[in-house]
Amino acid sequence: MAIKKGKKALSFGVSLVFMLLTIGLQPAFANEAIQEEHPFEPEFNAGKMIIEHIIDSYEWHIATVGDKHISVPLPVILYDDGTFHFFMSSKFHHGQSSYKGFEIAHEGSSKGKIVKKVEDGTFVRPYDFSITKNAFALFVSSTLMIIIFLSVSKAYKRTRKHAPKGIQSIVEPVIVFIRDEVARTSIGEKHYQRFLPYLLTVFFFIFFNNLLGLIPIFPLGANITGNLAITGVLAFFTFLMTSLKGNKNYWAHIFNTPGVPWWLKLPLPLMPIIEIVGMFTKPFVLMVRLFANITAGHIIILGFISLIFVFGKVNIFAGYGMSILSITLAIFINFLELLVAFIQAYVFTLLSAIYFGMAVEEHSHEEQHH
Amino acid sequence: MELVSPGLGLIFWMVVTFGIVFFILKKFAWPSIMQALDEREHHIEEALRAADIAHEEMKKLKLDNELLLKEAKEERDIIMSEARKIRDKMLEEARIKANSEADRIVESAKERIENERKAAMTEIKNQIAKISIDIAEKILREKLQDTKAQHDYIERAIEDKHLN
Repeated sequence: MAIKKGKKALSFGVSLVFMLLTIGLQPAFANEAIQEEHPFEPEFNAGKMIIEHIIDSYEWHIATVGDKHISVPLPVILYDDGTFHFFMSSKFHHGQSSYKGFEIAHEGSSKGKIVKKVEDGTFVRPYDFSITKNAFALFVSSTLMIIIFLSVSKAYKRTRKHAPKGIQSIVEPVIVFIRDEVARTSIGEKHYQRFLPYLLTVFFFIFFNNLLGLIPIFPLGANITGNLAITGVLAFFTFLMTSLKGNKNYWAHIFNTPGVPWWLKLPLPLMPIIEIVGMFTKPFVLMVRLFANITAGHIIILGFISLIFVFGKVNIFAGYGMSILSITLAIFINFLELLVAFIQAYVFTLLSAIYFGMAVEEHSHEEQHH
Repeated sequence: MELVSPGLGLIFWMVVTFGIVFFILKKFAWPSIMQALDEREHHIEEALRAADIAHEEMKKLKLDNELLLKEAKEERDIIMSEARKIRDKMLEEARIKANSEADRIVESAKERIENERKAAMTEIKNQIAKISIDIAEKILREKLQDTKAQHDYIERAIEDKHLN
């Protein structure tokens, strides 16, 4: 038994060496080493490992050495039965124990979430406002973003009519691109300035979090933009702005679509129904597209890394051999992800701009007659 | 299921965080950035336009200069040719004048020579007459030394007178 345990520790040691070797190259992987729910479970479950990396969690897991988990505890904030509960996630001992009657569910529909056992044996979920891994990473990236853009803004006040310098010259082409190619062309000369701050914020917010999600060092590297809560809120803001800034034409277009035969509107309001559904599918698609693209990227990279350990379990040399191929492919995907980081931010911003353009368009009904 | 069930807490924090980021950037970052960009673009545009205008003006100036130069050259040529004409005319006039002067001088010289000659002739005639008289006197004196000769002469003279 002792020998077996020693062997296992050795194999994990090898895994750790690999992890350290690939730390600079394997973003999603490096800061979140393979995790074992049960120290006694000898199998390496690639699917489980990947899911654990891309979903939110109450603690920031950094590595597992032997049976020890190295992780940064994050604050848990719960609202239950009229009282707030504040404590650190380390009280759960990596999900192994319960605290104040709360525990992390291991199965069921609320798996991975904090639940409370009630008297009849069922579980209820309290209102959970915990600063989770994603929330924490969100704070970090947002702070970074604010610092960068305030310094850029200050730089603009200083340089005025002169050429940009430093970070200014990195963000300037992108700002100009968003202004001229996205806002101006999609919304039109007359209204684009109203939406520009939002479009710029959304673009850089997504772009920043996409890029930071690829950097595998502690306060960065969380799968922020690959989380439905994040993309959903962004899409909701776009929906809100489209609906609030929509003019007469926009609503007329929805409820009384010009240029379609009357029998599509009366007695059965087919077109209005389609248009109203369309109002909601547009932001829904925005939400899912960003989530799916970023999550898929992370899954692929993690999948390639998992291959090393899957092969390593069979034969340690197969693991070494596989690592060369896996790392090569993962690097390739990483470069691809850099591109995707920009493209997805651009697509989200462009589509938002197009929706805003529809909302403030002024001559839509006249165009139908031409 | 975990992957597609968004957490309430994260939604809450996202709304708060994004709201704050949006508010701060909208208030403090974007306006000054956009304003500076616009300002610079205008500045560059104006500078380019000014350069264009300057270029155009230079071109015009150069053209003007060339025209001026050409005109000046033409004028110089005209002046030169006129000067040549005047010179020629002056030379011609001078020659004519010189010729006539020379003629006049020659004429007057001839006249004077003629006068001198005439005077000389008169002088010579007078001299000859005087000398002749003197010789005649001498001859007469010689011939009329004796009284008979004087008689003869008087007679001959009276005879001549009678005859006339």
